Amino acid sequence: MMEHIRTPKVENVRLIDRTAPRKAMVGTLYLSATHTIFVENNPETRRETWVLHSMVASVERPPTTPSGSHLVVHTKNFQVVQLLIPQERDAMDVQASLARLSRPEKYSELYCLSINPNANKEEREESWSFLDLQADYRRMGVPNNLWVSTPANSEYRVCDTYPSELFVPKSATPPVIVGSSKFRSRGRLPVLTYFHQDTLAAICRCSQPLSGFSARSQEDEQMLEAIMKSNPGSDYIYVVDTRPKLNAMANRAAGKGYENEDHYANIKLQFIGIENIHVMRNSQQKISDVGELKTPSMGDFLWGLESSGWLKHIKAVLDAGVFIAKAVAEEGISVVVHCSDGWDRTAQACSVASVLLEPYYRTMKGLMLLIERDWVSFGHKFSHRYNHLEGDPKEVSPVIDQFLECVWQLSEQFPCAFEFNERFLVQLHRHVYSCQYGNFLGNSQKERRDMGLRERTHSLWPQLWKDRAQYANPLYRADHTQTQGMLRPNTTPYCFKMWKGMYNRMEKSSPPRQTPTDLLTAVREETQQLEEELTNHQEVAPGGTAQPGTKQEDCNPDKSGSN
Amino acid sequence: MEFAELIKTPRVDGVVLRRPFLPTVEGTLCLTGHHLILSSRQDNTEELWLLHANIDAIEKRFVGSLGTIIVKCKDLRVIQLDIPGMEECLNIASSIEVLSTLDSVSLMYPLFYRPMFQVIEDGWKSFLPEDAFKDLESMTEEWRLSDVNKDYSVCSSYPPLVAVPKDVDDDTLRKAAAFRHGGRFPVLSYYHKKNGMVMMRSGQPLTGTNGRRCKEDEKLINATLRAGKRGYIIDTRTVSVAQQAKARGGGFESEANYPQWRRIHKAIERSSILQESLIKLVEACNDQSHSMDRWLSKLEASNWQTHVKEILTSACLAAQCIDREGASVLVHGTEGTDSTLQVTSLAQIILDPACRTIQGFQALVEREWLQAGHPFQQRCSQSAYSNSKPRCEAPVFLLFLDCVWQILRQFPCSFQFSQHFLVLLFEHTYASQFGTFMGNSASERSKLNLSQKTVSLWSWVNRPQEVERLSNPLYEANCLVIWPSVAPQSLLLWEGVFLRWKRSSRCLDEAYDEMVHIIQYNKELQNKVNNLRRQLAQLETEEAGEKED
Repeated sequence: MMEHIRTPKVENVRLIDRTAPRKAMVGTLYLSATHTIFVENNPETRRETWVLHSMVASVERPPTTPSGSHLVVHTKNFQVVQLLIPQERDAMDVQASLARLSRPEKYSELYCLSINPNANKEEREESWSFLDLQADYRRMGVPNNLWVSTPANSEYRVCDTYPSELFVPKSATPPVIVGSSKFRSRGRLPVLTYFHQDTLAAICRCSQPLSGFSARSQEDEQMLEAIMKSNPGSDYIYVVDTRPKLNAMANRAAGKGYENEDHYANIKLQFIGIENIHVMRNSQQKISDVGELKTPSMGDFLWGLESSGWLKHIKAVLDAGVFIAKAVAEEGISVVVHCSDGWDRTAQACSVASVLLEPYYRTMKGLMLLIERDWVSFGHKFSHRYNHLEGDPKEVSPVIDQFLECVWQLSEQFPCAFEFNERFLVQLHRHVYSCQYGNFLGNSQKERRDMGLRERTHSLWPQLWKDRAQYANPLYRADHTQTQGMLRPNTTPYCFKMWKGMYNRMEKSSPPRQTPTDLLTAVREETQQLEEELTNHQEVAPGGTAQPGTKQEDCNPDKSGSN
Repeated sequence: MEFAELIKTPRVDGVVLRRPFLPTVEGTLCLTGHHLILSSRQDNTEELWLLHANIDAIEKRFVGSLGTIIVKCKDLRVIQLDIPGMEECLNIASSIEVLSTLDSVSLMYPLFYRPMFQVIEDGWKSFLPEDAFKDLESMTEEWRLSDVNKDYSVCSSYPPLVAVPKDVDDDTLRKAAAFRHGGRFPVLSYYHKKNGMVMMRSGQPLTGTNGRRCKEDEKLINATLRAGKRGYIIDTRTVSVAQQAKARGGGFESEANYPQWRRIHKAIERSSILQESLIKLVEACNDQSHSMDRWLSKLEASNWQTHVKEILTSACLAAQCIDREGASVLVHGTEGTDSTLQVTSLAQIILDPACRTIQGFQALVEREWLQAGHPFQQRCSQSAYSNSKPRCEAPVFLLFLDCVWQILRQFPCSFQFSQHFLVLLFEHTYASQFGTFMGNSASERSKLNLSQKTVSLWSWVNRPQEVERLSNPLYEANCLVIWPSVAPQSLLLWEGVFLRWKRSSRCLDEAYDEMVHIIQYNKELQNKVNNLRRQLAQLETEEAGEKED
């Protein structure tokens, strides 16, 4: 990547504070192979600002002013860095370099693949065994006498965007599996993603059927029948098509579409109306513009919020999750979820439902596993959606952003229900884009395997786990009522807020904003120290003699007196 | 007049009560002179104990002989009563209508209420102007307490004692009063200890169309400036509104006559517009069938959040002039009893940490709202549901509370009180058993002899158990000036008031309890550890002593 750096260093650059444009830090700008780095001149503070190249969304250069050229760098996580560079030529060079550096053309140019994979070989190998997806299925009670593992997709034979290991109804024979797969867009046949042990109802996912106006497949019909039979006592299943009905109908002309209720016995079809990736892309652009408005009036802001449509879309995704969760937990009815290809809206709806249904997915490790299952393993196209490589801009869309935001909106309604805080979600979002770890590279399990990512990169999960103290929600208690059972959120429009922590991080305040999370975290840390000190003290019986079995050194008065 | 005459049916059995978040109950409905009571007669509790004064509007519906009364309260709650028997229902409804709109002050509940708690400290005596002035005297000698208004003849909406510059005599005050709307001559509102700058407030100057001037008024406000210093006049109205006021005898200070002052116009709306805004907001919040688009557009159309932003912006400006520019400030709008007080009181919340304590906030409300002559009774006689034509009603104080909540939310550790205190004040300004918010001015309250005949809200609030209930567990005293963000993204809808009866707060309450628990447990441990440390230290000294022996 070094060959793309036209100017490695520019002096006398100003980093402009966008909230107070007259305040600026003067310093030196460096371009490295991986980062843009600004180092303040002031010898006392020497503040550094680092921006990873892969996080750069755009670099604008407004018309040159007498004091120099401005560069406005927008990042993919909605931060804005504004620089003033004295010489126009330097500014143009920096802009051109960044434009290239932030748009890698090959995977090998990405940060996570630029490091020597054998430097920390053991650590690397260990990092990939941190999460065990199969263990999570076992935690759900799968396989069992209703759901079994099938070898049908080993070597990705029936579907190259699915994981190799799939769970299907016990009664689904190999011909049914293969036949159903042939009748589904890109071979994405209905398979299990979540099993609810209390009601024995399941969530299955797939892509749209290739039904057109009249086509049908006996095997696919048998597959859905088998899914119903794997839920003893139920006499129908829901088929949730997460698209607006009109879009689903339009797909019939292309030989795709949705299940005909006359052909599939015992299904209830439900449309949810989540818009497609193009609508979402435009909508997010608009909400991030709203977050960046410099001095909007209340009217500008509320109008912008409304016309972006963003909260409406978030509500649609959450509503889809609520529908599925209620069907599974309250009615005990299994649900088959699909959209068009079954890797965007389907991933959103299934993972939101899992968060609502299962307390485990509200813990840090649980959310990691959920993302690993519903997003990574089931072929959500991370590299296309999050623009990891220079590619088709029409493929880009904030699909997982919306899932993470749904979790955030839920955490606002249920402050004690989640083990993690907002920072955890913001950090997950960042790494979906950053390419610092190999987890989200490529578009399917097969692609990742072919690239040998486990041999060449590190996994993000153990790193997040190591830093878990800073991602902990101090209000979370494993035995709290909010951590038990299903969450039933209120999805009335007034319950949704703009996610300031994502779209409006610029704001500053004096004195620095106090957050209850930080304060409570500090209090809990102190409490823990006090508890330890107390145990130490109590090991000494009144009178100063040690109780049997404790060592005298343990109650060293220096230690306890120094706090 | 006897209440009995107004109550045709004092009691009905088999009434069903439906209310937000609580189970439906069946019981006996009783009407008294001041209350609507429903009891299922189980556990000797009353499920409903509602002041008639809290009822803003009612609606009647009939299905066969079953009547239904929808009761809409000033605190924005809506409850439903199903009453068997058409006649009973009609009687109850007409009694409620009359009893909830009685105009006669002498029939108001606070005059009948006898406290069921022990008054430890009489709230009527807790915040006397004399005491407040003692604090001021300890900081500066430039001000004096004038009793020019002792019989309320100079300004009917001012208290008998006001703080004015030491060098200005009462005669000058009288003449300045004649030049200000409602006789509200400039008086001290706040003294900024850090730099000695002050904030004053008044009514608009009566310049009229021909530009009248008043030397005494100029002298009075110039007396507050230090030599060579300039001050700021913050007119809460837009330039055009202020211009229009001239035609009605009002106006603003011209540069020519007040050369040492720079005038800045803000745009806080007049009270009638605020009332309309409240009605629209509550309507938007109550309709649960909205799509996201419709909700956001109705929220915007209500303009409520715009008012919050405008008021906070003006308060920040006043605070900035004082703290950052080191200049004194005079604030006024038209009458000087509404937007003026929003600005002066919020500026003090920003500047003065004392105002963020439970006692200090009461003192602020007493000083800047009650003593300063905000016409509570006029402003709060109707709320968002009333079908009557609004007269002088306006949620001026509620907007102030909303702004305080916004600051509290942004600085959750800087306030000794929680939002419960703000909600409590909102409730009591609209309907109360206490006399604190009765009347429109100190003079009216004194004529009614409320301090003798009623109980003060502060007497209730300042009992230890209530103080504890209203306390903010996150509070850590600090002496900072706090600058709230007024960006629209930072200002939220005040759920605690506007969605209070619409969405269950159970999960948020649980989070609050959890927070209290974490902090209390920490304190307990601290005490234990400190005790042990002390014991240990003692043992060590004893041991050392023994060795020396």
